Amino acid sequence: MSIFVDESTKVVVQGLSPTSQGLYHGLRNRAYGTQVVAGTNPKRGGETIEGIPVFSGVAEAVAATGADASFISVPPPFAAAAIIEAAEAGIGFVVCITEGIPAHDEARAYNLLRRDFPHTRLLGPNCPGIISAGKCNIGITSGDIALPGGPAGLVSRSGTVFYQALYELTQKGIGQTTGVGIGGDPVPGTSFTDALAAFEADPETKAVLMIGEIGGAAEEQAADFIRDRMSKPVVAYIAGVTAPPGRKMGHAGAIISGSQGTAKAKMEALSAAGVSVAQNPTEAGELMVDVVKNLV
Amino acid sequence: MDLYEYQGKQYFARFGIPVSPGGVADTVDQALAVADEVGFPVVVKAQVKVGGRGKAGGIQLADDAEAVRRHAGAILGMDVKGHVVERLWIERSSDITHEYYASFTLDRTAKKHLCMVSARGGVDIEEVADSDPGAIARLHVDPLDGLSAAAAAQLVAEAGLHQVAREQAAVVVQKLYACYEEGDCDLAEINPLIYTPDGRVHALDAKVTLDDNARFRHPEWDQFAGTETTDPRERLAKEKGLQYVGLDGFVGIIANGAGLAMSTCDVVEQVGGSPANFLDIGGGANAAQMANALEVINTDDKVRSIFINIFGGITRGEEVANGIVEALGRVDISSPIVIRLDGTNAEEGRRILAEHGSDKLEPVPTMIEAAKRATELARGSRP
Repeated sequence: MSIFVDESTKVVVQGLSPTSQGLYHGLRNRAYGTQVVAGTNPKRGGETIEGIPVFSGVAEAVAATGADASFISVPPPFAAAAIIEAAEAGIGFVVCITEGIPAHDEARAYNLLRRDFPHTRLLGPNCPGIISAGKCNIGITSGDIALPGGPAGLVSRSGTVFYQALYELTQKGIGQTTGVGIGGDPVPGTSFTDALAAFEADPETKAVLMIGEIGGAAEEQAADFIRDRMSKPVVAYIAGVTAPPGRKMGHAGAIISGSQGTAKAKMEALSAAGVSVAQNPTEAGELMVDVVKNLV
Repeated sequence: MDLYEYQGKQYFARFGIPVSPGGVADTVDQALAVADEVGFPVVVKAQVKVGGRGKAGGIQLADDAEAVRRHAGAILGMDVKGHVVERLWIERSSDITHEYYASFTLDRTAKKHLCMVSARGGVDIEEVADSDPGAIARLHVDPLDGLSAAAAAQLVAEAGLHQVAREQAAVVVQKLYACYEEGDCDLAEINPLIYTPDGRVHALDAKVTLDDNARFRHPEWDQFAGTETTDPRERLAKEKGLQYVGLDGFVGIIANGAGLAMSTCDVVEQVGGSPANFLDIGGGANAAQMANALEVINTDDKVRSIFINIFGGITRGEEVANGIVEALGRVDISSPIVIRLDGTNAEEGRRILAEHGSDKLEPVPTMIEAAKRATELARGSRP
């Protein structure tokens, strides 16, 4: 099994045009085997682009194709509206990879989904997406770095370390059920805890690799969840051990102020929760080898 | 983007938050002119984006022109924790009866806005939070609901502000929320928010951080730009749209994505090297971005080797490779380059690099091995 998406998931790509990022990655997702059933574009309803039927809006796409997931890569000024349009159309799983959405837009969209659309799960924004190995890939992950068959689940805040971690697992022959890139923005739709809870409930996932980074308190919250609620082994790596305090390292998620949110504090919290903590992505892969070997 | 105090006050004023009359000055003469205009006594305040300027002597009261001349002369050029004072804010001095604190920021854990109000302003609020957390009243604000007048009134009462100040303070808190929300701030903080003997509540300081992602809908922010970083390399990188932070080491780092860039620094450190910088070329970077990144790193004399660590997702391997080839043709890169390239179109990228056949360029298959090799090359070439 897998979490959140599988071979039956039908994806609508929001904001599809012949030159959009959505088309480039949507076609790669389709080539991976993902059911990309529709695209939307208010100016191109009725057209077909690369064999993908285009509708003027998500509601029309859902009505015609039964799409239950969406992929958003539209520019930041339009992303929050696209997320809400998907939710209003009844989409259950929205993947938004857009980087650079204003924090207040994210906060409004998140709280609106919580209040009015509790059955819609948002992944991202500013994330690589999700890949259920061999079944469904929504987002920008290169599909060939994933290895189907489980038993590992992967959840990551950082995008490129997500790829690195998938690759490390695959290189070591450890298959994945699902890899979830939650993104590094201030208000992610899906948290570490959401993904960990789903992996805990998934019978085919036997162990989880978690990739965090400095800043915020999401890893500490995950540590609490792992300690109290998880029976499956977890390995973790936190990027930014050597980052100087008080400096913004590239995006909103990665800033430390004072002793709060440092890699050290996060690693200690995770260790105390029984997690095996690695010093780098390669070592994380090696620790997963040990964990998988000891699975009953 | 962090604002200077005077910019923060200008921003506050747009939302109707009362601030003292004042003006900026870059010279002693300008300071005198501003002081004349606003009327004595005045406060001469160093404009730096770092705390502790008061303790460093960067805030002085001046009763007359002679005092303005003396203080402005002393403060301009002053070093406050590595920040050189180039600009002053001169404002009418305020008499203070009470000092309060008010702020809005995003609580990432609650995923709602957090308003904090305290009757103990004018001091380091983090110390108050540690020593007497009960002295800070907190309220989570759902962005869908906003902050009602009743909620603001209740919060200032809970914080224990003096009766006489509450009505005005509640109005200021609501205006501060408007500034924070409509004004797309990551942080909007007033410390101190004062109550004067003549019965007015107003902002004596302003700490504002704007959300860079919201810049597209705030053309008025252009006036704040260009005053942020003093490091020439950081400025160059910023102009080119690169996320760069200078560090102390000797291995130049280029990676895609903040996480991988940090991770690359970690690994270099772990194999005995030392990163000279953090540089994230961003998601979806193209050839030009890679060439720009190499140019920025190339201006750093400390750099003895360069480690390019790319795992393509939205970033495509052939673009990365073309950028490296372009940069090698455009500028004389002085350090050897170790490259590790995986992910989207990595094979195509590796082929382009192999065809180029530069002896400056060494492809290495894994992140750890590449970090080791870059460190080795750096050590070998150290004078």
